[in-house]
Amino acid sequence: MSEPRIVVTGMGWVTSLGHSLDSVWKRLLNGESGMAATTRFNASTFPTSFAAEVKKDYDYRSFVKDPAVHSTAGLNSQFALGAASQAWKQSGLAAAPPKDPRRVGLYLGAGEGVLDFDHYVAIMLHAWNAETGKVDGVKWAAEAMKRLGRLREIEQEPNMPLAHLARELNARGPAYNCLTACAASTQAIGEAFSILRRGDADVMIGGGTHTMIHPLGVTGFNRLTALSERKGDPTEASRPFSQDRGGFVMGEGSGMVILETLDHATARGATPLAEVKGYGSSCDAYRITDIQPEGRGAAVAMEAALQQAGINPLARDAAGRPPIHYISAHGTGTKENDSIETKAVKRVFGDLAGSIPMSSIKSMMGHLIAAAGAVEFITCVLAIRDGVVPPTRNLRTPDPELDLDYVPNQARKVAVDVCLSNNFGFGGQNDALVVTRFTP
Amino acid sequence: MARSSRRVVISGIGPIASPGLGIDAMWTALCEGRSGVGLCSTFDASGFECPFVSQVAPDRFDVKSVVPKSYRKATKVMARDIELAVGGAFEAVRTAELVTKAHEPANGKVTIAADRMGCQIGAGLIAAEENELTAALVTSRNASGAFDITAWGSIGMQNLTPLWMLKYLPNMLACHVTICHDCQGPSNTITCGEASALLSIGESMRVIVRGHADACLSGGAESKVNLMAILRQQYAGRLAKATLQDDPATLVRPFAKNAIGCVAGDGGGILVVEAADSVAARGGKALAELAGFGASQSFCPDTVGAEMAPEGDGISDAMQAALDDAGVKAESVDAVIPFGCGVPSFDHAEASGIRRVFGNRAATLPLVTISTITGSCGAGFGAVAAAVGVQCLRTGMLPARVNGDASLGIDAAPIAARKADLKTILVCTPSLGGQNAAIVLRRVA
Repeated sequence: MSEPRIVVTGMGWVTSLGHSLDSVWKRLLNGESGMAATTRFNASTFPTSFAAEVKKDYDYRSFVKDPAVHSTAGLNSQFALGAASQAWKQSGLAAAPPKDPRRVGLYLGAGEGVLDFDHYVAIMLHAWNAETGKVDGVKWAAEAMKRLGRLREIEQEPNMPLAHLARELNARGPAYNCLTACAASTQAIGEAFSILRRGDADVMIGGGTHTMIHPLGVTGFNRLTALSERKGDPTEASRPFSQDRGGFVMGEGSGMVILETLDHATARGATPLAEVKGYGSSCDAYRITDIQPEGRGAAVAMEAALQQAGINPLARDAAGRPPIHYISAHGTGTKENDSIETKAVKRVFGDLAGSIPMSSIKSMMGHLIAAAGAVEFITCVLAIRDGVVPPTRNLRTPDPELDLDYVPNQARKVAVDVCLSNNFGFGGQNDALVVTRFTP
Repeated sequence: MARSSRRVVISGIGPIASPGLGIDAMWTALCEGRSGVGLCSTFDASGFECPFVSQVAPDRFDVKSVVPKSYRKATKVMARDIELAVGGAFEAVRTAELVTKAHEPANGKVTIAADRMGCQIGAGLIAAEENELTAALVTSRNASGAFDITAWGSIGMQNLTPLWMLKYLPNMLACHVTICHDCQGPSNTITCGEASALLSIGESMRVIVRGHADACLSGGAESKVNLMAILRQQYAGRLAKATLQDDPATLVRPFAKNAIGCVAGDGGGILVVEAADSVAARGGKALAELAGFGASQSFCPDTVGAEMAPEGDGISDAMQAALDDAGVKAESVDAVIPFGCGVPSFDHAEASGIRRVFGNRAATLPLVTISTITGSCGAGFGAVAAAVGVQCLRTGMLPARVNGDASLGIDAAPIAARKADLKTILVCTPSLGGQNAAIVLRRVA
């Protein structure tokens, strides 16, 4: 028996550019940036003092059935609830819920929650013994019990957004959260697709949610020198594929999609928005700090996804077009990622690489870390729907060594039927998805 | 419905828990009915509701003793969780008799090609080492001694090593393991509390069945013996309230009427999950068949799943799905290894789940309870449980049980280690957050 076809029937996102599907899309096509001075904490003296934050007008309570059920939700769960509720509504499953909740599963790539930093630091300093150079465990425990809230601590577990969505959408099937750094939500969508193909569920909620715009998150990335430290206008700071790129800009938010078997979608009269055709996962197994310099792992993930989709990356299609019509790049804007990703794409597509538009929306909404793959996957589906691909913002100084078509600064009208979405995680875990126009 | 055609087995096991690294230490402790609970050797935990822990003490396991010389420098950027996974992976590879890149083979020949080796490892929320971080934080105090974030941003953070954050990313368990053993195939990090390791093992099985790898290093590890994790366990209602005068050996009481909770633990492990055809081709030995896998989500009345609904139907859904996947009827299961952490709401839900799946047999179906040794070790728990399940099948033995009783209508009362004719074992874990996973292990001839 052939494996079932898997379609996308709903999508939603919560990002620095807004939280409704079409308004964010419009802003991406306009090349707008969600970046501004950091407000979530006092970052004024940090090497990086700007980020692409979800704006204060976002309130998850307006998306959920009963806010009281989610009153403890941390930021990751709040973002996830808004994005998933939109997707669920678009799919039609909000109006007519699935009959058997055990056939509805979830696979998320959600990040760890936000530490209660001010109290945490105060506890550490209180319990510090300068003479021993150690924290006194008993003093720490007493102070921590006074200062740290019970549910706020539990809510930091990375599987909490999963718990909130399971409750909100009454999903009782296979449930997973993966956290493969920046590749997590691409992986989540890919594994959700695999679970559906195997017949272990009829409907899967896939996607990711994350914020690392908090003092230790920014500290960690600043110490790694992974973030842009550009002075001046924050909207100019994220410069993927540009010669003067200097690191990524932190974003935050969530992207969620509803995947289901075509049979299930057809039986309930749903409209497929796109079809998922291929998923590839690989590992660099190289270094925890660096990407394999030839882009070996990245290429293997892309090739595996293309192979599963039955696409030959080295051949034009019947109409003479390249085998893929748009690549959503990982495109973080670090020196290393952008040059190695370019190498890897050339390795996979050979001479055709230069004829495929490839852009990075991280230039506009920043890097959503674990949630990046999901918002980028949604971008691919919208590109297919509207026949237009989003630009790479701030690409005015081409890097002579990077010679692909990065769709600089202006969105472009182009017929898009097949897309590839790439994400590569810090530490070497790589994932790629192939999504296509749905044709019955 | 498409079902597995490629048989999958376990060909190596590397558990790690309070008795130390490897199945022998764990098995001896289990069979003798020893407890792993005691005082914490690295800091004073007596300020929490429970002053005892189940720790992999530094003198029981030093990661530097297992990694090759060329990788010793990298151990500086490993949180304890990562060390446990790296140790478990070396032990799993050793018991599977695999040669990997880590052995620096003279002829360059490894047993399984790098691109056919995958890696799926469960991980928890890794806490920053308090002493290291605080030593940096104290440099940014103002005149009154309070923390000044502007001083931190401009200068203070420079006191942290540049790679500081990499110690604490959950995916670093898999990243170090894949680098050591050169696993270039599909790779994942699953973070679903106690269900993480079995979800990872199940995913490894699926990856192998769909032909994307021939073997996977799979499992999970977590160190909850640190201040932040113990506090979170206490907040989740997991800790047994006790004083230093109490007997640590009797604190954790799986499924007992007088159960009062668990202790924070360190533990986990890696298993080699491998296609039967790959084991045969290399002349290796299967230790047990990985016959089935199932997963589900429970309804959580408190949303976050710190409390479980007493019906336990999510747990029985996962168990039943694993049995169906293996094509095994509940009647043919010879033993069950549950979470059995001694936390009443989890114990009650699990017991209901077991009674629902096994009906009249529930009262006499042997359970293997291991939390008296592992404590609550989060993402690592299922890996220890799976390794113990494999060892039961290999030895035809059921280990001793301590501290439990039969009050929940399941077979959890104290008993000595004994011989048993075991063909099929079910391993199951629910989790904080409500995810459930189960696997079916079968004896191989």
